[in-house]
Amino acid sequence: MKTIIEPKKGLQFPDCKELLRYRDLFYFFVWRDIKVRYKQTVMGFTWALIRPLFSMGIFSVVFGGLAKVPSDGVPYPVFSYAALVPWTYFSAAMTGSTGSLVGNPMLSKIYFPRLIVPMTPVLANLIDFSIAFMFAGVLMLWFKIMPTIYILYIPLLVLMMMLTAAGIGMWLSALAVQYRDIKVANTFLSQLLMYAAPVVWPASLVPEQYRLLYGLYPMVGVIEGFRSAMIGTNPMPWDLIITGSISAIILCVSGAFYFRFKERIFADVV
Amino acid sequence: MNSFVINAENVSKRYRIGLKEQLHDTLFGALGSWLRSPASNFRQLRRLSNFSNGSGEEDIIWAVKDVSFQVKQGEVVGIIGSNGAGKSTLLKILSQITCPSSGRVELHGRVSCLLEVGTGFHKELTGRENIYLNGTILGMSRREVDRKFDEIVAFSEVEKFIDTPVKRYSSGMAVRLAFAVAAHLEPEILLVDEVLAVGDASFQKKCMAKMDDVSRQGRTVLFVSHNMHSVEQLCSRVLLLKNGSVYRDTPEVASAVREYLSNGRETAPVSQWENTSREYENAFFDLHRFALTDARGISLDGPVSNNADIWISIRGDIKTPHPAFSVGYALYTEKNVRLYSSLTTDCTDPSLKVQPGPAGFKSRLPKRLLNEGDYRIALIMGIKTHDWVIHPEQNAPSIFLTIQGNLSDSPYWTTKRPGVIAPLLHWEQEKGKATCP
Repeated sequence: MKTIIEPKKGLQFPDCKELLRYRDLFYFFVWRDIKVRYKQTVMGFTWALIRPLFSMGIFSVVFGGLAKVPSDGVPYPVFSYAALVPWTYFSAAMTGSTGSLVGNPMLSKIYFPRLIVPMTPVLANLIDFSIAFMFAGVLMLWFKIMPTIYILYIPLLVLMMMLTAAGIGMWLSALAVQYRDIKVANTFLSQLLMYAAPVVWPASLVPEQYRLLYGLYPMVGVIEGFRSAMIGTNPMPWDLIITGSISAIILCVSGAFYFRFKERIFADVV
Repeated sequence: MNSFVINAENVSKRYRIGLKEQLHDTLFGALGSWLRSPASNFRQLRRLSNFSNGSGEEDIIWAVKDVSFQVKQGEVVGIIGSNGAGKSTLLKILSQITCPSSGRVELHGRVSCLLEVGTGFHKELTGRENIYLNGTILGMSRREVDRKFDEIVAFSEVEKFIDTPVKRYSSGMAVRLAFAVAAHLEPEILLVDEVLAVGDASFQKKCMAKMDDVSRQGRTVLFVSHNMHSVEQLCSRVLLLKNGSVYRDTPEVASAVREYLSNGRETAPVSQWENTSREYENAFFDLHRFALTDARGISLDGPVSNNADIWISIRGDIKTPHPAFSVGYALYTEKNVRLYSSLTTDCTDPSLKVQPGPAGFKSRLPKRLLNEGDYRIALIMGIKTHDWVIHPEQNAPSIFLTIQGNLSDSPYWTTKRPGVIAPLLHWEQEKGKATCP
């Protein structure tokens, strides 16, 4: 096996062969993340439920009850929960990725492909997502709502959700290492993105001429897709999903290049 | 076909260091600078990773500059140098943790690097789980860890606690576990950075034994250390780094170590003195030479370690034997405190009975008694209780000695401690019950 060490020049794509070689490490990082997440807590994995449920409760009271935000014809709690399931995943994955490299002591002690670190929360949070998703079934039963046939498209939406989280994770984690403002502004950024996405209000509120532009925000397509599949508010919003997918892919690819570009200096500026 | 497993060519690495911030002495100045700070901060942070071709910038330092070397398979190379010489940076470049600014390195074979013991350990996980985590971080595959699991546990001696969270381990247990994983790596090239500096004495011995084992298996090892003792024991070659460059690259380990230790002295201490005047003429002994020598009689050059054979040698011609005639020396510390003096007449050895003719007297300095530092040795010669020909505090010629290093074999005593002398004493356990008064 030959290794050549040289100063890196120009733009490069992540070394997929190397990532494959380190797949066991990736597995253990994800496994460690999941195992340690709720250790020594009383509630354990039910926290994965409590978070979206609490949000749903507060949003139902404030936005549904007080502000009377329209909810596409379904009870507000279900309306917001269907959005909170993918959103909680995205927000947790984004937060987890962004802070994963900053101050990480391993960066200066051992070599492994750094991409594994911000990608770990993207996979690890799927567990919480699955738990929240399964509970959605209980909620729907309670409100006597049937899922539509579009439920079969959920895997596609999950893929889109993961791509978006991965793309933004790569960008933000690399930026945060050098410019710690990103880490400081993380929660604030997350809140901003949540209100920009149709979590507490329906996408139908957006004027027709801006709809496609709005669809460039990938989470719009994901959230409205989830709503459509789970509670049948609207037909599957393919226009939003397609535009969203395009920007998610662009985000992911550009993120990969940027990450690789900045990777060289991680050990020096962290 | 090159048989080199490591080939480094002109490797260099530069860093930006922090410069003193511009202080303002007016409120307006301070306020203005605070307002402009986002722009200047951004520029500063961006510069952390940007090195434009203005290499004359004052905040750039070259941690490693133009380092080239080749390592053959099976060599154990010690990399030594004072703090800041670039050793850890070089190792980081070789282990791909950081990128070189210029230059090229070629490594043939699987590389494992040990810059720290227990990388990736998570306190909440059990020993078993951490073995897998640490093992995969160090580059083993999961199957490899499976295969070596039992050996690792046996080596670490924590079988009983293998399923307890590591946060309950004592620090010694955690270190042993971490090292057990690292010890079962089977790379062709091993890069080690002062990992042996942690742990208790028995663990250290285990580390050394394992390193020795590794080198005997024909693997190549690059070993950065401040512990000259372990460098001398394990290494077949030394790279002495100074200010980022290779100062010496030699298989003569002992001489490189000595060179490293003697850096910082302007003039070599005078360790021998020849009698070229008539000042010390007397009826009994014609003094020729007074010197500090090693076991072979060659006078010392440079600092010596505390464990070395250091002899005082006094040579001349005996003219008239006298039973009370003695030669000897007085040893003074840097602060001119006389530690002791010693004369040939202190000894009752009959072989010291003198005959006329050429004669030399020698006496070995006690090993591991003196502390590190500079000493002055003044000659004494005269008739005991009668008359001094050469009095140490008056007219004696002096030679100088510097003791450095090798204070003990223990890893806990490698640097100078306060005290005029530094004897290596023996300790043992007291047996029997304590009796009440």
